Amino acid sequence: MIEAAGEDALLIRFGDAIDSALPAQIAELCQRIEALELPWLVDLVPSYTTLLVIYDPITINVLDAKARLRPLLSETPSADQTKAEAADSRLIELPVYYSEETGPDLAWIAEQKGLSVQQVIDRHTADTYQVYAIGFAPGFGFMGQVDPSIACPRKDTPRTKVPAGSVGIANQQTAVYPKTSPGGWQLIGRCPTVLFDEENLSLLKAGDRVRFVSISREEYLAQGGQL
Amino acid sequence: MKEPETIRHGLRVITPGIKATIQDLGRKGIRHHGLARGGVLDLRSAGWANKLLDNDRNAACVEIVLGGFRAEALSACEVSVTGAQADVTVNGKAVEMWRSLQLAPGDELAIGHARHHRLIYLAVRGGFETKDWFGSRSVVVREGLEGAGPLEPEDILPAGSAEALQGTPRIAPPQAWQWLEQPPVLGLVPGYQYHQFQPADLRRLVTTEYQVSDESDRMGYRLAGTPMADPPPGIVSEGIVPGAVQVPGDGQPIALLADCQTIGGYPKPGIITSMDCGLLAQQLPGTQIRFEWTDVLSAQNQRRLFERHYHETVWSEDGRSLHWR
Repeated sequence: MIEAAGEDALLIRFGDAIDSALPAQIAELCQRIEALELPWLVDLVPSYTTLLVIYDPITINVLDAKARLRPLLSETPSADQTKAEAADSRLIELPVYYSEETGPDLAWIAEQKGLSVQQVIDRHTADTYQVYAIGFAPGFGFMGQVDPSIACPRKDTPRTKVPAGSVGIANQQTAVYPKTSPGGWQLIGRCPTVLFDEENLSLLKAGDRVRFVSISREEYLAQGGQL
Repeated sequence: MKEPETIRHGLRVITPGIKATIQDLGRKGIRHHGLARGGVLDLRSAGWANKLLDNDRNAACVEIVLGGFRAEALSACEVSVTGAQADVTVNGKAVEMWRSLQLAPGDELAIGHARHHRLIYLAVRGGFETKDWFGSRSVVVREGLEGAGPLEPEDILPAGSAEALQGTPRIAPPQAWQWLEQPPVLGLVPGYQYHQFQPADLRRLVTTEYQVSDESDRMGYRLAGTPMADPPPGIVSEGIVPGAVQVPGDGQPIALLADCQTIGGYPKPGIITSMDCGLLAQQLPGTQIRFEWTDVLSAQNQRRLFERHYHETVWSEDGRSLHWR
């Protein structure tokens, strides 16, 4: 389904609910749109179930832009096909130093869930996550789905300062804060990898897969992590 | 924003006022990294500031919030001041807004407090050649990129051209500023979750007035009015554009503007047209605004007409009117 979202954007909907098959399908459509090198294309913003296509309304009107994109939608591969393709999508490993000193909510989650701290870490590192969307802040990737046994709601009162690299959980989502910022996610550790810089922009992109790897304090510091 | 001392062509900021920033038409192709579009809030005023100087359409200017700006010319340069009405002086002598002004080296340009509206634009011949990020000079303060802050005293703003304009000074025709004095009625294009809103709430949106609240910045303006009775619940986060009107659970709309986040999870009944985003952005807290439904093609036509006028008109010899090529 493709509809106008104001005078310079079209919103393509792939579904109504979060579905792990969608990021690959949306990423694939992005690639096919980019391959056309449309001179009026300004940006593509993928999210969980949608792709926002931003265009230059001075060069093309809404009807022509829709007409140009519509044929691509009917060519969209089925979910089964994209599931197979998803296996080839980029897998990024992010090292995390899980600890009390870098994850102030780690012990709280363990207690709430009746788990040991090590079990929380094991469950967070066991799964491979989909990057559903980049947003909130530059390079901030919304990832899911977190094992329900460690899923927990956002803090009632967000922290005014979450240190850069902090790894958090909010419901069934997980993310790394690329920069120090306010934030309400439950923090379980810190990642030394640079997720956003002005030259390379966002390390993660929607459609990527991510696996977290537990590292020691020494490894964290050796990789440039800050305490 | 500070540039090396060697740059001697352009302006030196004496007092920038609160939250003055450099803006052009915003960034392209970076929103999927989570970076905002940025860009001037008021397309019309900023466009006229550049048009008065025959600048490139995308030339960077200073967006001054509520006035209170002073700068010294480091060299001969030509400037223009548009937007909210304010007392403007050169070396203490009153000058008009909405026209081209010659500054000599050492001249002090002072822009007083804005009356009735919020934003004032200062353009220079050739545009301000400050640092750029991703192909745009627009500064999005909240992202905290290196060097991307509001203007500070002693900042040097290099001008792109030393050449003075030929002929008599230009004076913008009344159409350049008359729109600002109209009652603020904002064109709203239905979109996003329009069909999920209750008919009574959609009717309320275009039949009641909303007040611009104190919580208004380049990211968005919070509006206060009769709250919607039954807005739809939160949605799965999706890409959003500046102009989108989102309605959180309290039923009070928030109009998103140039620095808004790239994705969001509140339902949205529609999107304000790009030209009327400027009209909203110009309103002071406490002002009443109204919405009026429009459609995408009308909004696109309005925007295109403005852009065509910019590109395809030339100044008459007396500098007082414009003619289509």
